[in-house]
Amino acid sequence: MADGSAKQGRNPRTVLLLRPTFEALEDVLAKRFHLLRAWESPLPLAEFLAAHATAIRALFIRGNGSVFVDAEILSSLPNLEIIVTNCVGLDLIDMAECAKRGVAVANAGNVLTEDVAEYAVGLLMDVLRRISSADRCIRAGLWPITGLFRLGSKIGGKRVGIVGLGHIGSEVAKRLDAFGCIISYYSRKQKPSFSYTFYPNARTLAAQNDVLIVCCALNSDTYHIIDKDVMDGLGKQGIIINVGRGALVDEKELVRRLMQGEIGGAGLDVFDNEPAVPRELFTMDKVVLSPHCAVYTQESFADLFQLIVDNLEAFFSNRPLVSKVTEV
Amino acid sequence: MESLGVLLMLPLNPYLESELDRRCKLFRLWQIPKASRKDFLYANSPSIRALVGNSAVGADADIIDALPQLEIVVLYSVGFDKVDLAKCRSRGIRVTNTPDVLTDDVADLAIALSIATMRKICSADRYLRSAAWKTKGQYVFTSKTMPIVDVEMPLNKDEMSRRHKGVIFSGKTVGIIGLGRIGSAIAKRAEAFGCFICYHSRTEKANTTYKYYPDIISLAKECDVLVVACPLIAETQHIVDRKVIDALGSNGVLINIGRGSHVDEAELISALVEGRLGGAGLDVFEYEPHVPGILFSLDNVVLTPHVGSATVETRRAMADLVLRNLEAHVMNNPLLTPVL
Repeated sequence: MADGSAKQGRNPRTVLLLRPTFEALEDVLAKRFHLLRAWESPLPLAEFLAAHATAIRALFIRGNGSVFVDAEILSSLPNLEIIVTNCVGLDLIDMAECAKRGVAVANAGNVLTEDVAEYAVGLLMDVLRRISSADRCIRAGLWPITGLFRLGSKIGGKRVGIVGLGHIGSEVAKRLDAFGCIISYYSRKQKPSFSYTFYPNARTLAAQNDVLIVCCALNSDTYHIIDKDVMDGLGKQGIIINVGRGALVDEKELVRRLMQGEIGGAGLDVFDNEPAVPRELFTMDKVVLSPHCAVYTQESFADLFQLIVDNLEAFFSNRPLVSKVTEV
Repeated sequence: MESLGVLLMLPLNPYLESELDRRCKLFRLWQIPKASRKDFLYANSPSIRALVGNSAVGADADIIDALPQLEIVVLYSVGFDKVDLAKCRSRGIRVTNTPDVLTDDVADLAIALSIATMRKICSADRYLRSAAWKTKGQYVFTSKTMPIVDVEMPLNKDEMSRRHKGVIFSGKTVGIIGLGRIGSAIAKRAEAFGCFICYHSRTEKANTTYKYYPDIISLAKECDVLVVACPLIAETQHIVDRKVIDALGSNGVLINIGRGSHVDEAELISALVEGRLGGAGLDVFEYEPHVPGILFSLDNVVLTPHVGSATVETRRAMADLVLRNLEAHVMNNPLLTPVL
């Protein structure tokens, strides 16, 4: 392995990047590893990969806006052994193909969990208490003119259904519990270690709740898990908070209901067709929108960059990966 | 209660107003032109035995003097800083407020403001909405209709990072000024985020595990988020002054859900503008509804218009408490939530 690389004059600690990522992260990685930046080559991707295939054992892929790592890319990289991603979500990697080829995947593990969980809580509180809406009014100079603002809705006592009680979902639940929310959930498997009420599907969960917080992974089972039926169950005052992936929600249906007053409100960090954000949402007071930044904190970035480095160092030293994905 | 003359100082709540109108003899002060108010009060003071106000408009010495039959001041608020308590005491006038019913809402708002400020939630929403008026980088000027286009989020990671990267709230040290009902409720919520709690108050509280700081500067130095949750009295005017703001520092965040006068607003603004304070979430201001315009250009502040108790549920509960206190007074029963 080291032999073969030396013969071709290639650096054994080579990491392939398909798209640019954070400058700071690239700097950190470039100091320790040999980075192959696919986008800098004039060659089309397939040819570029063919030219460098022998040397590539490690691939780093970023999230949002990245290339989908499919069978074709994987076939072009016969020596690939690991993929490291800065996301928790694995929807940009064909995990089945990786398993077939023995390619290990290391994701963000738990370092982003609290950041996302608290952001979901923040979005819900903003929607219920109309914080962004009020902030907008003040900045438009309207407080002295309009006087009384539209009242918000109390957080305590709200029935909150968590869709996906994984790491993120359970951290959301723990926080909202302290506000007096009534927590229930739907997950692939029931979790007996939690005392929250379990529902066998998203539809029955929605029917018993005022709020749905979508925290699950996007895969073939969960595409449009929040669909028309679920929204019917949630009702006219219902609120949806999505910090998972846009495609977890039937976005067209959600936008239609928001426009027609058939749903109470929404807090959305993710959208079906990023980078596009549906234009209808911008005139609404009952939605809070953010550009897929629920993980963006100084602390998460520091921890995440360190984790990525640690995973790559472990790999190149033949040690176990730090945050290997074991269950998909 | 039909013969009870009630002076309502300002519009508070449509439900409350219609109940007072239905059940009592209601006088709406704000509908009387200011120039005629003295005469109006003189004419009606024989029947006015109750006054309903709030934390913005209470009962000062002048109004109390103008109402010789006044027996009770019933507040639609927990704060009673606009009521001349000494005067009420000397006249034997009872005073009630609305504690407890709004504790949850105010505590919720303190946490909501903390997260919104530190995680830049309002800033991100504002950014996306303002981008909607642009087409491919150019602002669209319109007359009749505003063409709203689908917006593209920036894919440039470094631009995203520059604009939207905040600091995490979970696990931080939260310092609370005033560990009363509201302060304790804030502490309980912050603990669910893994925060470490410390506090400052006049005296140390028994039965808490939170760390006490007899000196507010030391508290400010120690914490990442400083929350004002104490009542407004003479001693707590400008309790957050330049020294406290400097101690809180360029990584610190101030959350005010108390009263505007708790904070030296001019010092706060210069600290924010000069970067000496990390950020602020403000529900109250020194000269409400006036908010200094210089704050509008800042991304590290979140501004709300005194909405601490502004939920449908809580305002209804407050209105009911006002009505029940009035009933109790009229029936000579113990008042439910007396201040005096």
